[in-house]
Amino acid sequence: MSDLKKQIIVQLNLKDLKPEDIGDDQPLFVEGLGLDSIDALELIVLLQQEYKIKLSNAEDGPKVFQSVRTMAQYIKEHQVQK
Amino acid sequence: MSKQPDRNLSSEKYITANCAIDNGVVYVNGASVFENKTASISEFLDKAYQHFEIGYPKFYKMDNLSKLGVLGTDLLLKNNFNAHNYKPDEIGVVLMNASASLDTDIKYYKTVNDIPSPALFVYTLPNIMIGEICIKNNFKGENAFFVFKSFDGTFMARYVNNLFAENVIQACICGWAELLGENYKVVLYLVEKKQTNQSSLFNEENIKKMYRTNNG
Repeated sequence: MSDLKKQIIVQLNLKDLKPEDIGDDQPLFVEGLGLDSIDALELIVLLQQEYKIKLSNAEDGPKVFQSVRTMAQYIKEHQVQK
Repeated sequence: MSKQPDRNLSSEKYITANCAIDNGVVYVNGASVFENKTASISEFLDKAYQHFEIGYPKFYKMDNLSKLGVLGTDLLLKNNFNAHNYKPDEIGVVLMNASASLDTDIKYYKTVNDIPSPALFVYTLPNIMIGEICIKNNFKGENAFFVFKSFDGTFMARYVNNLFAENVIQACICGWAELLGENYKVVLYLVEKKQTNQSSLFNEENIKKMYRTNNG
């Protein structure tokens, strides 16, 4: 999950954060890390660029991007299916 | 009951502060306050942000044009402006440049062949810079962005004077904010109806002079 946190920091230009500042289960949006809708799109780009995973159903977004842990879980499940 | 600010009822407007960013140097009211001539524009902006302890993490997500505008406005207003003297919708922002958002347009276009970047796409309009300035400072007044081949002081003076004349605004941040690649120049000034010790008359001649000399 540490690598994923580093990738999120680079992709979203969160230069004031270090990987250890982001909790595994910390909400990524609103009250957590405070990400916005453009960040959500950038996270989709990150999945495509780094893991070749396309988020096929947009309605899955809120679940997938709930936290770093849920993102990592989604990546793991979809890489296994390849 | 809060005290209402004194409003000068004459039609004169004054430049009560100015800020310029050009060739690795930041000037506020004519004095150099930060310098780094060897850094790239991106490095320069991040170093200036850290130096002035702006403390606004969203800054890092902005394109370079918006960073220039936000940095310039912050330094223009710091120690020179009391936002409590005005309602948010009385403070306007009027800016102009030559390259619009071309710097970011080019960067965005380069991503299109792979996966287009949403974060770059949102900055492919020059007035987004004004949006970022207004969000950070809670300005809700009239705003406009104009693209001219070169700085047009005649137009700027006339446009801003009209906004004041129609009572649309009581204060205005205006000027030039240009960026393309590593070339940039920002000359901003705060226009108010009040006169201060260091203020100069807001007119075509003075803003043209300010643009030429960077420091008023």
